[in-house]
Formats: sequence, C-alpha cells, structure tokens
Amino acid sequence: MNYKMVRYTLAVLLLFEALFLFVPMLTALCYEEWSSLLACGITALICIVIAAPFMFRKPKNTDLYAKEGFVIVSLSWILLSAFSALPFVISGSIPNYIDAFFEAASGLTTTGSSIVPAVEDLPKSMLMWRSFMHWVGGMGVLVFIMAILPLSGAQNMHIMRAESPGPQVSKLVPRVKTTASILYLIYIAITVIMVLALLIDKDINAFEAINTAMATAGTGGFGIKNDSLFSASSYVQIVATVFMILFSINFNSYYLILKKKIKDAINTEVIVFLGIVFTAITIVTLDVFLNKSLVSPTGEAMDTTFGGALKHAAFSVASLISTTGFATVDFQHWSALSHFVLILIMFIGACAGSTGGGLKVSRIVILFKAMLREFGNLIHPNRVKKISIDDKPLEDEAVHSVMTYLATYVFIFVTSLLLISIDQSIFNPAENTFVTNFSAVACTFNNIGPGLDFVGPTQNFADFSPISKMILSFDMLAGRLELFPMLILFTPSTWKK
Amino acid sequence: MNIIIVGCGQVGQNLAEHLINDGNNVTVIDKLYENVKSLTDRIDAMGIVGNGASHVTLAEADIENADLLIAVTNSDELNLLCCTIAKKTSDCKVIARVRSHVYNKEAAFLKNELGLAMVINPEYVAAEEIARVLRCPSAISIETFGKGKVELLRYRLPEDSAIIGMSVKEVMIKYKSDILFATIERGDKAFIAKGDFVFGARDVVSIISSSEGAQDFFKKVGSETASVKSAMIVGSGEITHYLCSILKKSKMNIKVIEKDYDRCDEISKAFPHVTVVHGDTTNQEIMAEEGISRVGAFLALSDSDEENMILSLHAKEKTNGKIVTKVTRMDYDSVIDKLDLDTVIYPKTIVSDMILRYVRSAENTRGSNMETLYNVIKGQVEASEFIIRQASKVVGTPISHLRFKRNVLVAAILRDGEVIIPRGYDTIEIGDAVVIVSKVTGLQDVTDILE
Repeated sequence: MNYKMVRYTLAVLLLFEALFLFVPMLTALCYEEWSSLLACGITALICIVIAAPFMFRKPKNTDLYAKEGFVIVSLSWILLSAFSALPFVISGSIPNYIDAFFEAASGLTTTGSSIVPAVEDLPKSMLMWRSFMHWVGGMGVLVFIMAILPLSGAQNMHIMRAESPGPQVSKLVPRVKTTASILYLIYIAITVIMVLALLIDKDINAFEAINTAMATAGTGGFGIKNDSLFSASSYVQIVATVFMILFSINFNSYYLILKKKIKDAINTEVIVFLGIVFTAITIVTLDVFLNKSLVSPTGEAMDTTFGGALKHAAFSVASLISTTGFATVDFQHWSALSHFVLILIMFIGACAGSTGGGLKVSRIVILFKAMLREFGNLIHPNRVKKISIDDKPLEDEAVHSVMTYLATYVFIFVTSLLLISIDQSIFNPAENTFVTNFSAVACTFNNIGPGLDFVGPTQNFADFSPISKMILSFDMLAGRLELFPMLILFTPSTWKK
Repeated sequence: MNIIIVGCGQVGQNLAEHLINDGNNVTVIDKLYENVKSLTDRIDAMGIVGNGASHVTLAEADIENADLLIAVTNSDELNLLCCTIAKKTSDCKVIARVRSHVYNKEAAFLKNELGLAMVINPEYVAAEEIARVLRCPSAISIETFGKGKVELLRYRLPEDSAIIGMSVKEVMIKYKSDILFATIERGDKAFIAKGDFVFGARDVVSIISSSEGAQDFFKKVGSETASVKSAMIVGSGEITHYLCSILKKSKMNIKVIEKDYDRCDEISKAFPHVTVVHGDTTNQEIMAEEGISRVGAFLALSDSDEENMILSLHAKEKTNGKIVTKVTRMDYDSVIDKLDLDTVIYPKTIVSDMILRYVRSAENTRGSNMETLYNVIKGQVEASEFIIRQASKVVGTPISHLRFKRNVLVAAILRDGEVIIPRGYDTIEIGDAVVIVSKVTGLQDVTDILE
C-alpha cells in the first residue's frame, strides 16, 4: 500500500473541496446570506489547512495499483461527505452532524434522500450547495480532478475505473486525462442546454433553473421546494422528464454521436434501456388512468385525464429508472402493480457510464444472457458458447464479475435491511413498516431518493435513528461506488504494508 | 502524435511506455485479451483486442486520425500485412518489424513497394553491433553517430588499468588523446564525466571519439586493440546468419555450434567458410573439444536467454577472450548487469530505440532534426545526434559561453565529414551534426539542452 501517494491524492482532493465551496459562497454573496457565507468560508479554510502540509512534498514513488485506486476513491468520498456536511452544521441549517453527513452523502452520491422537513426554509446558498454536490458527484469528483490535473501519471485508470459506474469502464481516447475531459465537457454541455431549456418557461428564475438542472444532471433529485416539482409547470416537468432520460444514457454514446458513429452509439444497452422505459411508462400510465389514482403531494385527488396520467407516469418512471428521485405526484397512492413496476426499475437503474445508479442495464443484459447460456448448457452439456454483446465476445472474467457483483449487492442489501429493521423496531416503532424499511434501503442503495410509505415522495428520512442514518449513508456510498471500493476498506489485507 | 502499435509483446509494451512518456497518444492492438489488459492496467494507453491486419479492428483504433502505425507482432508476414492494410485505409506512416533473413535482402524493395516508412530488423542491427565489438574487443558496446564517423564506446576498466585513481582532467592531460569521456557507471548509478571525477576499478566508462581516436587511446593505456581472430558462436538463429555474412570478408575463423541438425545444415549451406558443429551446447565436453579455452571470442546467441547466460558464465571461466551474450527478455537487465557478462546484446531495445528516434525526429518542427538516439544506460543516459538546420541560441556561441542544463554534454561535432571533439572555444554552426550525451531524457530539439 502506497500510503504517501494516497495521502497526497486526498490532500489534492481537499483543496478541490475548498474550490467547490466557492459556488455556495458566491450564491451567499448574491443573496446576502452572511452566516452561510461564513460557514462555507470556515469549511474551505479547514480543508486548506488540513491539506496544505501534505501538498508540498509530492511522493517520489507515485505507483498506484488497483488496490490504491479503490482505497483512494472510497476514502475520498467519505472525506468529501464529512467535509461537505460542515457548512450545514456551522451555518445552523442542519444542526446535527449525523443528519448533515447523511444529507451531504445523499448529495454527493446523487441519491437525493433528505432529512430536511422544510426545504424552503434552507438558505439559498445551502440549496445551491446541495444541488452542486449532486452535479459534481454525478460524474465523479476524482474524474473531475483527473480532467484538470495530471494526478499521478499513467496509472490513474485504476481510479477512474473505481469511480465510474458500470461493469466495464473503457476509454474513449488513449489518454485518461483526455477521456475525463471529454466526459466532463459533454456533461457540462448537456447541463447548460437543460438550463436554457428551463429558462424558456417565464415563471422560472435563473436560480431555480440552475438548481433543477444540476440536480437532474447528476440524477440526484434534491428539490428546492418541499413538493419537489409538483408545483412546476407542465413544460418544466416535461423538460425534466426528457433530461432525466438523457442523463441516464451512457455518455460514451454521446461521444460516438459527436464522432458521427450513430450506429455504434445506439448499442444494445441503450436499446434495452429505452425498451424498459417505454414498457414501464405504458403499464404505469394505463394503471393510473384506469384507477384514476392521481394524487397531489398535499393529498388532494386530482383530475385524472389520459394526458395527465401519461405525463405523471412518464415523469415518475424517468425519475426512478434514472435514479433521480424527483416527484410530481404522490405515487404512494398508486396501485400495487405500479408500485411493483416502480420498485423494479429502481433496481434496474440507468445505463453504465451515465450519472445514474442502480444495478445498471448492461449488467442486467449480461445476467440475462448468462442465464440463457446456462439453460443451453443443460441441454447440450458439452457446448462451448461465448456471451457476446453488440457482436463482441465478452470475456468470462467479465461475466463472473457481474455475477459476483449481484451476489455482493444482494448480500449488502439484505444485511442493511436486517440492521435497519432491528434499529427501527427499537428506536422508531411508529414508522417500522416493511415497505418503509425495504424502500428506504432500496432507494438509498440505488441512489434514488424517495421510497414508499413513510419515506415516500412527500416524506423524509428525519425520523430514522442516527444508527440507521449511518447505515443508509454507507449504503449510498457503497451504491454510488459500485460496492467493492467501500468493502475493500474493511479487508485487513488492504492495510498491510 | 497518435500512434497505433500492433502487437503487445515485450517490444510493443516497451515502445508504448516510452512513446507515452514522450507525450504521444498510444493505442495498442493485440489478439490476446490478457496481453492488452496487462498493458492498459499499467500504462495510459487504449487497448483493443483483435487482429491488427483486420480493417475493422484498425478502424476501431481510429486509423483515420493516426499519424503512425507500428507493427511489431511475432510474425513478419502479419506485420507487413498490417502495414499494407493501414496504408490503404489511411495516409499514416507505417513501420514494420521484419526479422527473417529471407526478407532482409528485400528490405529496400518492401519499403518502396509497400510505402513503409521504416523496416526494422533488430537481429541485423544486433549483428552489426556484435561485429563492431569484435573489431574492438576492449569495448562492451559501440554505438555510432554521423554515419559511422563518431563512435560511443563503453568499456569496463580492468583492475590493473593505468588510469585508475586519476581524475578525468589528469587523464586528458597525460595521454592527450583526441577523445572525450562521456559517462561513468558505478554500480547502479550513472554520472556525466566532469573534470574532477576520479576513475575507480570496475567502473564502466564511455568515451566518444572517431574510431582512430579510440584505438589510439586504448593503445596508450595498454588495452587490447587487435580485432578478434577466432569466434565460437552458440546457436544459429537469425543473428548468427547475419553475423556470418557480415564477417565473411574479415577472414575471422568462425565456428558455430547448434543442437538442431536441420539448422546446422542450413547454415553450412549458406556459409561454406564457417565450421558448423552439430552437438549439445550444454555439454561441457563438446565445448572443451571444440576449443572453448582458445577462442578469441565466445558468442552465446541461442534462443534461450538462460542458456546464453549460463554458457557465458562458463566461458568466462575458461577463456580470457571476448564474451558476447544475447538476451531477449528486457525485464531483468539490472540483474544481468551485475553478472559482469562483458557485452550483452538486447535486440529488443534496438527496436524501441530506432522507433523512438524516428518518432522524435518526425515530430520535430523546430530548427533541428534528431538523427540518432541511443539509450546508453537504460532509463538514465541518452545519446542523441541532431542536425542543425536553422539559427538558434546554440548556434555561433562558443560552447563555454552557453548555459547548459545540468548533466548535459556536447560530445562531438561533425562538420564537413570531420569529427571535432569539442573544447570550450568551439562553436556549433548551421549544417553541423551534434552529438549530445545527457541524463535529461526525452530531448526533442537541440535547444532543449539549454537552461
């Protein structure tokens, strides 16, 4: 383990955190929120003071292997969450540190689960900080640093691989740095387009547009209003629907489109993803329309026209499959069929290489093909067959790693659910329902945000005990970083010299 | 530059690493997933699994925007095919490694007809290098600059050498040879020779001079200068073929020992003047019978690195002659150096040196072109030759007035076919070829040597 290099990289990261804090500080200046300005300033100063002593000496041995890559990524995200929580605590917006940590982890991992009961009461700068964490966390903080700095020469592919979602992380161009820059440029471009699209609506101001766009881009879902996007106009809701879907498609596809390789861009994963989205929207729309079950977040029944059902069903499906977590209706009141479809797409999640969470469509495709192969092998025991995707054979190693991923995923999920259920029955018996606990774990682990029942779109996570909040924070980080980087921290052999 | 390398063997890996350190974008292609993965895990290149001669694979590697394709797979035919297909799809430059002696005679034809920028035959270049060392057996290695006019010789100071204990300056004053001390290697460390550096026993010293200059110096300090009269070669691979044909005219007495009868047959057909012995080279008695203790030079050139090294160590015990060992793997060169095997030839380093030189000079748009580049001491010292095309800061000013970077040496100047070993009052002029020895690696232009 190259401790010096890990320390150095983390110090660089903290400096960037100080840099990131300028965003809420500028907002605070604009809206004259002096206590938040001070809070962010103090946090930035703490980051710089801690990082500075390690910055002066760049280690001689800059070798980074897979192990260091994993450790750097997981420690970075824990540190970032810990420091990003400070402005909330110091400014008094969220006085309890554990609550603030939950909020920061939820922001960075683009989950969007909140413990804030009244979002409108937060200062504008803190709202901006929440949305900005989504935006930076969406594409990856270390990828951002890599795009700007030559972090450690050649071997930072290990870091990129550990931070980027999906079973196989490939480069667009030979250099890691250029690849990271291209991804971020695409990301910035689509975000800006979304801000402009939102600004066409006259009722929306720049602050709202930027916040909504950043929360959508990272597929995060922190709203700036308690009712999420319910009170927004139909136009804004439709724009958000389209962009949530756009941000859950593999960014490599956009690069290929720019390179005019349209055929390569529309690959199996994208087709399957869009197929799932279309099917889910159809089922949910029909279900909602036939049951007349549109209910506003304030609990009033709404007039269920077919157009309205389609709009809200499409929005909810896009919001959950992209793991954003915005809401325009209280889908708590929908039927069990719709609930099942919504929970299912929560687990499927977005495409690999996007900003969304979940299991990822490409893994589902690989698992499905592996299942078909096993069936075939039962009939022809001596058959040799390679799984291929987009006419490219997939190494058995990749198939195995997807299987292992699924097993680990189920294991962490079940363990978390058990712990939460125990904790809930002791500390929070009033909200201890199976659906609450199950959907709380599901929507934090898949980085979605709101779940069902007591953590439904109109509810929040404030009533959970501190222990549950820490477990759910862990789930959010583990889900965002694709499990293994977080688990490797608990493996003793990682830390041996 | 955007560079595609086909073949992720040792040469491919080594090349990719150096080219990336020079700031190029590298994409590698190999048939085996494992090879590609192990390379891309280690270095910042893009990897593609596939056949490099396939049009589709090349398109995936973005051949359209590539500036250079280098084919270094194990197969000559595949390399040539890769280059041909690449040439048809894009206007990039192509380099192929071609090792077989059958194609070697046709290198010029292939180069012109297939539009190759360069045909590299590492075995042939290695044979040339061996032939040079056999002519001057005191040297461990000899590299040449300026079309052979300037030589860079490395040689190990024997225990009883006259110059041990003297400083560089004292040696220069005492012997007045027209040479220049360039580097000194002691253990793992390499130094650029400064005036006050004191020589020690077993140091490896490199000197730059014309070939007569070196002979003169060796004579004065009492080292062997006569060329080798008889050589025993173990193994009859490509290098042996080339070496025999290079040494044809030298009247050197050559004996080749080879295990495989068919290969014996082949070499005896091609070179009637060579004594060919069919026998197990690891059998000490056969070696003794063939007179290992009397030969002027022993060359271990078989296909197995381990066998070559063991045989050379054995030969070192039996004879005082020159010993040359061929080593294919490049990974353990620091260990091999410690074995004190006299001359060790790495054919694979030769390939990457040649290609690096080509890439650096092709890249150069400034006032000078790189002609030659050698990795004198792996990863530590490079020797390069630049042709000065335009006026720049280095031109016209006496060398003693220029502010050089640390550990940079202007080692020789070639003007109108004459070698000048530069002293402080000499100047560099337009049209000169300048040989630079430096610990600063990755020089691209002659002005890079200044502060």
